[in-house]
Formats: sequence, C-alpha cells, structure tokens
Amino acid sequence: MAGIIISSVSKKFGPTTALERLDLTVSDGEFVALLGPSGCGKTTLLRIIAGLETRSSGKILIGENDVSDLPPARRGLAMVFQNYAVFPHLSVYENIAFGLRMQKRDDAFVKQKVQRAADLLQIGPYLERYPAKLSGGQRQRVAVARALAVEPSVLLMDEPLSNLDALLRLEMRAELKSVLKEAGTTTLYVTHDQTEAMGLADRIAVMHKGVIEQIDTPTRVYSYPETQFVGGFVGSPPMNFLAVTAKDRLIRLGNLTLPTAYQGAALLGFRGEDVELVSEHEGLPFKVNVVEPMGSHLLLTGQSLGERLRIVVPPQIDAHQGHSFGLNLNVERIVLLDPKTGKKL
Amino acid sequence: MTRGISKQITAWIYASGIGLLCLWVLFPIFLIGLGAFGGRPAVYQWPKSLWPPSLSFNQLAVFLNIEGVGSAALQSIEAASLTMVLSLALGAPAGYALARFSFKGMTLFRLIILMTRAFPLAILALPLTVLFLRLNLYDTALGVALVHTALALPFAVMITASLFAGIPRELEEAAWVFGCSRRQAFIKIVLPLALPGLVAASIFAFVISWNEVFAASVLTVQHRTLTAYLLTVLSESPLHYRFAGGFILIIPSVIFIFAVRRYLFALWGVTSR
Repeated sequence: MAGIIISSVSKKFGPTTALERLDLTVSDGEFVALLGPSGCGKTTLLRIIAGLETRSSGKILIGENDVSDLPPARRGLAMVFQNYAVFPHLSVYENIAFGLRMQKRDDAFVKQKVQRAADLLQIGPYLERYPAKLSGGQRQRVAVARALAVEPSVLLMDEPLSNLDALLRLEMRAELKSVLKEAGTTTLYVTHDQTEAMGLADRIAVMHKGVIEQIDTPTRVYSYPETQFVGGFVGSPPMNFLAVTAKDRLIRLGNLTLPTAYQGAALLGFRGEDVELVSEHEGLPFKVNVVEPMGSHLLLTGQSLGERLRIVVPPQIDAHQGHSFGLNLNVERIVLLDPKTGKKL
Repeated sequence: MTRGISKQITAWIYASGIGLLCLWVLFPIFLIGLGAFGGRPAVYQWPKSLWPPSLSFNQLAVFLNIEGVGSAALQSIEAASLTMVLSLALGAPAGYALARFSFKGMTLFRLIILMTRAFPLAILALPLTVLFLRLNLYDTALGVALVHTALALPFAVMITASLFAGIPRELEEAAWVFGCSRRQAFIKIVLPLALPGLVAASIFAFVISWNEVFAASVLTVQHRTLTAYLLTVLSESPLHYRFAGGFILIIPSVIFIFAVRRYLFALWGVTSR
C-alpha cells in the first residue's frame, strides 16, 4: 500500500497547456476522484501517473519512490481503462492472471489470486469464457478483477463506468465502493459524472482547465465551493449566484438581510435546496417561470432581482408558472465569492 | 408507389453492377478453363458452350510434363516466398509506425509509399538489369524477389497499417501497466491479434510475386519463374496448351486469395469481422 504525491506536474501539448503546475496528494488507502468537464486534463493527469504519457515538468511519487521516469511496468500500479481493454484473445481467467503471470508467480499462487478476484467481482462462472462472449458489464468486472488481482499499491481508474447503461452503472458503483473498501487500495478515479464522484470518493478534486480548483470531501465540495466554477459544475441543479454588495456588515436582497463580515461587492452563492419558501412579501422575491416535477422534488426555475435562479422544493408545494414567493436563505449555507476572480472571499 | 419503383431501380442497378464486375473477373477465367479442359475443339468452337464438348486432362498433363516447368515453378515459389518474407519484414514495422505514432511528414510518407506504384517498371528495367549484373543478382530468385518486394511493399505497409490501427492502443497500454515492456506487449498482445491479418498480408505479397511477369522476364534468363518461362515457351505452342498453362498459373492465386478473403475484406474496411 502506498500514497501518491504529485508535485508541480505540468503538461504542454505544443502551445496548449493541459496541466499547469499541479499538486495533489492522495494518502494511503484513500479514494480520490478527479472530477471535471472533458478537456480539463483529468485523463492526461491519470495517464502521466501511469506512465502512459510524458510530463513536461514536475515529479510523481508513489509510496516513497520517485516514479517519474520509470516505465509503466515498474510503477507498481494497476489501471482500469474506459473501454475495459480486456485482451480478446485470452480467456477471462488468463486476463485476470495477466499481471501475476508477468510477475512470474507460480500457478498455485496465480490460481488462488484469480479465484479471489473473480469471487469478489462475481465472475467466477465465466472464467473459461472469452471476452467476446461477455456483456459490457461483465467485461468491466473482468477489467476490475484484472487490476485487483495483482493487489496493486495504487489503482487508477479512467471513467470505468461510462460505457455502461444507467442501471448497470448504479449497480457497479455500489459494488466498486464495497470491493475497493475491502481491498483498501489507494485509488485515483477519473470521471466527469459528479454523482459517481460524490458517491464513491473520500475526497473529490474538481479540475478545470488544467488546474485543481478544489479538493475536499464530497459534502464540502458540494456545499462550500471554493470557486464559481466548482459551484456551477458540481450539483444538479448548479449553484445559484447573485451579485450583491455588502454594506455595514449586512447584505440586502429585496426584503432579506444577511449578516456578513465582508464589505463591498461579492458574488453570493447558494444551493437550490437550501432555500425556505416564505410569503411573497418577505425574503428574496422569486417569480416562477418553469415548474419541473422530478418525483422526489419540484425543480423551479424563475427570476429574482433580474437573475435566473433554480430552486428545489418539496413535491407537495403548490407552485405554478407566474406564482411569486419569497425565499429565505440560511446564512450558514451560503458562500461569498470574489466577483472578479470567482474565488472564495 | 414511385418510391418503391425507384428503390427497385436502385436495387436493379446495384445487382447488375455486381453482375458486371463478376463477369469482368470470371468470364476470362471461364474461357481459360474451357480452353484448358476442352482442348483444341473447345478453343475454336463457336458459339462457345458452357461445358467443353469433350472433357480431358490431356493438355494439362502435357503442359506439366514440358521440360523446365517444374524447375520454373520452384523458382517462382522461391521468389514468391522471399517476396513474402521481405515485404512483411519491411512493411509490417512501417505499418505499425503509421498506425501507432504520429510523426512529421506522415502524410507525405504515406503518399510516397503509394507513389512507388506509379513508377513504371519498364523504365527501371535497364538500370536494374545493369545493377543486378554488377551485384551478381541477375538471373537469381533473390533478384526477382527484390523487385517484387518493391511492388508488394506498398500493399504490405497499407494493409498492416490498417491492421495495427484496428487493434486498440489501450490493449497495449494495459499490457504495459500490468508489467510488459514494449516488446513483450507487442509479442503477447498485438502479435496474436494481428496474426491472421499478417498471414493474409503475406499471402497477398506471395500472390503479387507469383503473378508478376514483366520484371521476372527481364531479370532472368536461365532461372525463369513460372510466368516468365511460360511466356517464352508457350508463345510457340498451340492455343489450348497456352490455356492449360494459364489455368495452372491462376489456380494457386485464386485458392490463396479465396482462403484469406475474409481478412482482406476486413482489412480494407469492406466488412467488419
């Protein structure tokens, strides 16, 4: 078992910068998700750690060892690829055994480890089959079993669930979590799917344009984004932002006043479900434009002080287009950002 | 209604196009076969019948017994085998490079590979003869094989390039991650997956060499390949013996190409396996 330390890693593709002096520390046994939109550099970072891509500068340590210049084979890690990359000419058994065979382990040892990995992922009955005869979900299990069979100190996963259909993804997500908890493997998991990141990870690193904007627990990333990008990217609906000015230690929004230690212009962010509906003469005025019943809740899109807001309310609320409400905000659940840089004040 | 008719017309044009192409290839082979098995009467008979009036293997047997046919066939096999080995040994690495790496001048490289086919062999014949005489390659199977390799190489490169490109890069990367060096990954993962295609590509090179007649005629005197030998010997003999010779020449190519057709189709993107 080992942690990962990435220090000041940059990657340039010609004139474009994919990663900008990036630092990241993953502790031993921790599960960290790299979350971001496509093109943010998350897969590039993962491939640099695996040694499949060269870095322009910086260092990568796995455990105590500097692996920056080692070939992938000697970095002591395993990887699960987005398109599974199970070897089509090898049986499921030989696929899972591949890493162990490369380590020249004896047959009895290989058999025991393969059996264990296969049991963990419930693919025991398919060991003699070839990948072409397996469904997507089963191939994915083979890819994960192959990675776990070598008992790697570090496991890298590159959007492993993105090729599965929605129901299967939900099932595999829960299973992955329990399997990886049991194995206690240090895991770095790349995804653009925030529910995956939130559900699986101990910590989420939100990436944007080659830098990590915030790294924290899922709850804190969700509730207290450090930047406007994080607030807008994480969560569905995204965080609401209102331009405000704080004067005399108070922020005034319509009939709503919030205490603050800050003075001057700011961007106030709050989550759609953190509002309390009050009568239209109190609080922040809100006029409903669209009502979307989502089953577990209603998603209301409307106007407030000239800005568009999305709020989430319980399904039994009687809300129609054109209705006006007041919104009350909990001062504990808001964030204030710098309107110029979008960073936390 | 009209849509149905236009659909029918399209289908009809499509079918007749296929029919024409098949005739284009099969009709000459049919005529050769007719002449080869029917003997003199079948060659001069008009109108042609679908089946030769008298079936006999006589002219085939006579032809096979012509002096020198056996040794010429051996020369052909030697030249074709050398061509196969050389074009694969040179072509497959180039194909791998084209499929896996992007490098400066890649498009130009591709173009130049194809351009070698545009260079007329007739112009090369004299300088090649002189050169081969100096290098003691004249009148050898190796000399013929070198020229045939030049002919087959563009195909070998293009076929293997699309073959390697069809093997996902992630498979190799997965092998690296799980402990393989680049060479091990190639041997353990890429090669087994590419093998059927590589066999197809090499058989294709074999057939190119087997069928080639111009370079073989110019570059050999005593040790002629089968095609070149037949060209000289049969120009003097009666028509039905020529047909017999032609038929025997065609057979191996047809059988080989038939055996590997699935891979050749797949390589050229006609069907997916």
